[in-house]
Parts: sequence; C-alpha cells; structure tokens
Amino acid sequence: MSTRGPDRPNRPAKQVHLAAHFPGVNNTTVWSDPEAGSHIDFSSFVHLARTAERAKLDFFFLAEGLRLREQHGRIYDLDVVGRPDTFTVLAALAAVTDRIGLAGTISSTFNEPVEVARQLASLDHLSGGRAAWNVVTSWDAFTGENFRRGGYLAQEDRYERARTFLETALELFDSWKGDEVVADRETGRFLTHADVGAFAHHDRHFDIEGRFSVPRSPQGRPVIFQAGDSDEGREFAAARADAIFSRHSGLEDGRAFYADVKGRLARHGRTPDELKILPAATFVLGDTAAEAEERAREVRLAQVSGATAIRLLEQLWNRDLSAYDPDGPLPDIDPEPGENTVAQGRASVRMHKDPVATAREWRARAEAEGLSIRELMAEVGSRAAFVGTPQQVADEIDARVQADAADGYILVPHVTPGGLDQFADTVVPILQDKGVFRTEYAGTTLREHLGLPS
Amino acid sequence: MVSRHLHLAVALDGAGWHPAAWREDDARPDELLTPGYWTDLVAEAEAGLLDLVTIEDSLALQTSHWGRDDERTDEVRGRLDAVLVAARVAPLTSHVGLVPTVVTTHTEPFHVSKAIATLDFVGLGRAGLRVQVSTRAHEARLVGRRPVPVHGWADRDRDDVRALIRELFDEAADHVEVQRRLWDSWEDDAEIRDVATGRFVDVDKLHYVDFEGASFSVRGPSITPRPPQGQPLVVLLAHEALPYRLAARAGDVVLVTPHSDADVGRIVAEVRAAEAAVDRADPLVVLGEVLVVLGDDAAHAEARLARLEERAGRGLRTDAETFVGTAAGLADLLEARADAGLAGFRLRPATLPGDLRRITRDLVPELQRRGRFRTAYDDVGVPHRLRARFGLDRPANRYEVSR
Repeated sequence: MSTRGPDRPNRPAKQVHLAAHFPGVNNTTVWSDPEAGSHIDFSSFVHLARTAERAKLDFFFLAEGLRLREQHGRIYDLDVVGRPDTFTVLAALAAVTDRIGLAGTISSTFNEPVEVARQLASLDHLSGGRAAWNVVTSWDAFTGENFRRGGYLAQEDRYERARTFLETALELFDSWKGDEVVADRETGRFLTHADVGAFAHHDRHFDIEGRFSVPRSPQGRPVIFQAGDSDEGREFAAARADAIFSRHSGLEDGRAFYADVKGRLARHGRTPDELKILPAATFVLGDTAAEAEERAREVRLAQVSGATAIRLLEQLWNRDLSAYDPDGPLPDIDPEPGENTVAQGRASVRMHKDPVATAREWRARAEAEGLSIRELMAEVGSRAAFVGTPQQVADEIDARVQADAADGYILVPHVTPGGLDQFADTVVPILQDKGVFRTEYAGTTLREHLGLPS
Repeated sequence: MVSRHLHLAVALDGAGWHPAAWREDDARPDELLTPGYWTDLVAEAEAGLLDLVTIEDSLALQTSHWGRDDERTDEVRGRLDAVLVAARVAPLTSHVGLVPTVVTTHTEPFHVSKAIATLDFVGLGRAGLRVQVSTRAHEARLVGRRPVPVHGWADRDRDDVRALIRELFDEAADHVEVQRRLWDSWEDDAEIRDVATGRFVDVDKLHYVDFEGASFSVRGPSITPRPPQGQPLVVLLAHEALPYRLAARAGDVVLVTPHSDADVGRIVAEVRAAEAAVDRADPLVVLGEVLVVLGDDAAHAEARLARLEERAGRGLRTDAETFVGTAAGLADLLEARADAGLAGFRLRPATLPGDLRRITRDLVPELQRRGRFRTAYDDVGVPHRLRARFGLDRPANRYEVSR
C-alpha cells in the first residue's frame, strides 16, 4: 500500500513513532474491567513496558500528579487513585527492558534543577541512553501544600520559571562534555582537569553554583517533552523541546496544531525534524468495524458512569450538582462564575475558558439530540481517537501521520496492564508491512529512535 | 534463645572506600556509572546472603575536603543518584535489602517518601533509606534555597555552626516523620474497587498527614499507596549525642563507630540513653562500622593497604575502625565486638569488587562455620522482608489505630 504524503506526493513516507502511556489517573482508565490489574504493583509496569518493547515502540510514558485530586473538598474516588514515583519506576524498568525509551512527567515547580538534572542524568546512565523528561509546570497552591516551595505561581511567572528551570537543567547536563573521565590506572589520572562539572547560574529564580556530580550521560541530554497547549507553551516547545505531548489527536485539529508549532521552529533556528509532535491517543479495536464501534460505546459507558457524569459536569458548572439525575436533562442554571472551587488537582478545569458559553453549547446539543447528562458527557468527553479493525486503525494512523497531523501517537490503553496487547499483536505488524514502522530498533538511545539530533 | 547470628550490611561507594581503590587490578573504574557494575556488586552481596547494601550519595561531587570542592584529578569523581541505582538493581535481585542514602537537608519529604515507597514496591519489601544531614556550604550552594555559612569540620563548635547543625538535625527528624506519616497515609485496604458504587478507594481510609514544621508543612496523603513493608527501614549513621538523638527519634537501625570493645559498651549506653530521652518504645538495632582491607594472610592484607596508600599519596582518613588482615581475623574482631553489644556490622570494603568478594566468599563462610551467620535467606512469602530480617514487625498503621 502506498503511503506517500497527500500534500507532497514526492516525499518519502514518514516513519510513524509510537509510544505506550501507562493508563492514567483519570476516567479514561476503566478499572472496573474484569481484566484490569494493579496500578501500583511493579508487575503491571513490567507488562506494559515489555509489550511496548516487543512491538518496537519508541518509548514508555508515565504521567505524574503530586496531589490526590479532590472534588467538593473530598478526595475524588471514582477514578483510579494512587501512582508510584516516576523516576523510581522508570529506573527499575530499565532493568527489565533493553531498548525502549523511558519517559516521565516531572514538575518543574516542586523540584530543584540540580536534583532533577542529576536524577535524569542518572536515569540516562542506568538505561543506556533511554531517558526522557516531560517538563510540566504545576499551577496551584493546592498541590503546593505538599511541598517546601508550596505557593502559587502567577500565570506569567509560570512559564518563565519553567523556562529558566529547563535552561538551568540543560546547563547542568552540559557542565560535563563527555571526555573528562580517563580513569588511567597506570598514571593515576582519573579526570582530565580539576574543575570538571563546574557551573554557575544566577537569576531571580535560581541562584546556584558548584560542580555537577553526574558525568555526561549517554544521550548528553535526555529527550525533552513539553505538553502545554497555550501560546506560551507552544513557543517554549518550539524553542527548547524535542517532542510535544499534544492532545490534538484528530486529523484537522492535529494538522492545525502541527502547522502552527512546526512553523515556529525556524524562528528559533531549528528544522521541522527537530521537534516531534506526538498526540496522546486512545483506541478501540474489533474484528469488524461494527464490533469496534460497539466496543467503543461500551468503553465510553464504562468511562462515564452516572456518578462520573455528574462529577464531570460539576467541573464545568463549578457547582454541586449531586441532586441532578444523570439520566435526566442538563441543569438549566448557568455555571458559577469565577475561580473553580469544585475540583482541585485537575489540569482539565483550566481548559474551560468560558464555562457559561460551553454550558449553553452543551445544553443546546443535549436538547437537539435528546441526550441525558450521562449520554452528553460520554459524547463531549474524549472519544477514542482510533476505532476500527486493526487494518482500519493502522491505515488511519498512517494517513494522519502522512497528512502531517502528527509524527506519531502516544497510545493510551484503557485497561491496565494488558490494554496494549492486542494493538501490539495486530496493528503494529500492519504498520510494519506498510513500511512505516520499524521492525527492529536501529539504535540504542531514545534520541535515535525518534530521529532527533544527538 | 536469642540468635547468635550477626547482621551484615555492606556499604557500596564508587570503586570502594579507599581513594586509590579505582587503581586496583580488579577495579572497574570506567564502569562506575554503568548499571552492570552496580548489578554485579549487589548480586555479589546477595550471593553472600548479606542483610542489605547501602549506596552512598551526595548532591555534591566527591571531594577530599570537608566543606568545599577540591582540585584533585587522581580520585574517583562523579556518581549516580543512589535511589535510582537501587531501583535499577531491585528487579534483578530478590532478597538483599536496598538502602540508598538520601539527604534530608535539600530534598522534599513528599518526593522522598514516595520514591522509597516505590522502591519497596519494586523490590517487594526490601527498601530502606539511610538518612543523611548535610551541613556543608558547598552542597547548599548547589540548591540555593537556604543560606549555610561556609565552615570547616574544625568550626563545628562555632556558635552559628552549632545552631545550624541543631536546626538541620531537627529538620531531619521532621523529614523522616513526614515520610513515615505519608507511608501510613493509605490504609492497607484503602483500595476497594467497588464496582457497585463506582468507588475505587474508600476515602475514609486515606489520611491527611497535616504536618507543620519549622521549615516545611505537608498536607498529604501520599500519591503512593502504603508500601509492602508498611514502613521501609530507616537507617542512620551517628557518631555523637545529637545524631544518636535523631536516630532514636526517627530510625530503625543506627550505624555507630566504636574503635574498641569498651567503645561498644559506652556507645550502646549512649544510644539507649537517647532512646529513653525521647521515650522510644522499641530499641534501635545497633550496627558497628568497620572499614575492611582483607588479604590471604596478614602480610598480604598489609601489602594491599601499603600499595593503596602509596598510590593515594596520603593515609586513609576515616571515622570508622579499620581492619587489615584475614577473613578469620575479621571474624574474630566482629564476634568480640558483637559480644560487647552490637547486633551486627556495616562493612565498608576498601576496594570494589575486591574486598566485597572477600567478605562474601571468605568472611561469610567463616562466620557460618562459627554458627554466627545465616546459611540461607528465609524470607519467602514475607511481605516486610527487610524489616523482618532485623526482627521488626510490619507495623500497624498509625491512622488505622487511632480511628
């Protein structure tokens, strides 16, 4: 099958990049599935990472959330709760895998550059060059209550501090060039010179100096991911990131995002290949298209129970809606304006820029289509990005990559830990047959897997 | 009957504890940052049935000075994060305890607590941490968060330095207290997966820890469920009253540095007095520190040390008693010190893997012949493997008890 790009017929087919996201602490993950296993036992992480490596995926990905989410001042109990320490699990996974990249989200808000830099450099050494860092900023004093730094950062300070944090970490990685350790037993010379690892960084966020304790790691710098979607986030990514963890998994929104971000690179003296765009994508497979659609409906209903639908609605309405029937119509009152006080510890509440307008939109749609609260929430929530037979899903992934809607996808299974098994066994071989996905790892580092400059 | 078995831990650091260790024929100085090197060392310790390994660490680059960087190019420089080294070897070992060093002065208790809990999940009940306080100015400058006056070891009696040391030790006690509360912040059966009500957890079994201290406050609960051991093993190295007090407040195991049988009696009495002063219920496990240079016979061991000293161009300076001799001679020393009041030892191999192998392959069989060391691990099916090895229970959850 031909996989030429539609816009540029003479361009060789792009290679697809694929990654495996450990099922998250959110309602995408269906813990009630009879197949669902532990979210904390190491064996679950091993299962998914090894499945991903067997399928030759680029990397395994682990998200982070530094405070248990709350709604109405109580810990949110309808989704999976609990997760491990990101770095510790990734370092352990390095022992039971050989090639797959090991990526994790680490907050730049509630950490110090020297600490994160030495953990990342250590992970890169311990994995033979497979480490990646998804740099996120935390936005709320709520999460800060667990940390020394605590406190709230104003929106405009948030990216500046994150930028500075990353710049500082990069300076630390670069404080060793890579040829300083000679370890010559005969002459007794261990280092080439006396001030290796020396650095100094002084600005209003970080005032630090000394010698960095981890010699240069196999990748030099771990792969840097960025996940923010705002204009500042996109600019930050264009300037510094190696990859973007985007949420634009569709064809049209994906193309718009792709064009926008790749278009920013030249201003930073970078080529389009130097930044990979990898949306998160859920998927549902079936033997026939109809079976896949039916399964996708079942999965959506499992993801959005009646109780979950009310809680999700409350996050937009910013009100207690527990008196409403999930199988009944939407509330006719408008959302409570102002700061969201109902839900805490969620990134998603920030995505509702104009709650009143969104609520009116939803209400109109529910009335027009005769949808209950639960049915509407299942519709407006994230529908699986890829639904179909393995052939259909492989074709669609390939088509979207060739159409520049993405460079590949971070696959988000909805069941732990076996949710990727079928994809690995059925979709990946089709992509390999098309010639757009590797059949063996060509390199040993994640930078090599992603085709990034070293 | 009380077991006559000794506890044996080994302290892993770079190429070994002697600054010239990396020049030994069997050293692997260009592999010190590779996973294979650490896996081999820990597997060797496990083959020798040792209780645990500790892994040294510091935010700062190694230095021969106490409170500042040095300019040496003839010693090992560069190291990896100890928690991550422990995590990297955990899936490849099954029994030996994994106890990385963690500095409390510059770290977040919330992060450390979940990292050690995760290590305990990965290692199936074998995790601990060695708590270290850093009063060194050059280390503080790497973080830039707290001002620490420049001072040397000899300035420890200066008023401002004494105040700082006291503050940082108090903070370390708070740090461990927060870690412990967070480990208990999930009851063991908090995860219910009740499909009928749609609830994944019983929120009544998740607990805010609400710690308010002088340098941090932490709300909780942890993001990580209660680890297999309930409370991973907390280990501290202590040389004097203030750290004894910290160990008594925060620790499960204390590492001490006697240089004679009489020292053992005096130090153990001080530790017990510190326990009484803080009203601690269970006694600390007290292990002695010994730096070891082993040889086929006494002359061989002396020759090894002489070679190391010549190459280093300086004598070995250490806080711990140093033993130079045969495995049998070391067994004599350890038996005597144990009979004077120690539960066991943390040995610091002068060279790696050389002296580690002499510990696992010569000393261990010698102690076994004398009936003073285990002949197999007996931890199958034990969820709190490392604690159980020291006779410690899997503790009740403080929040469950108070309900």
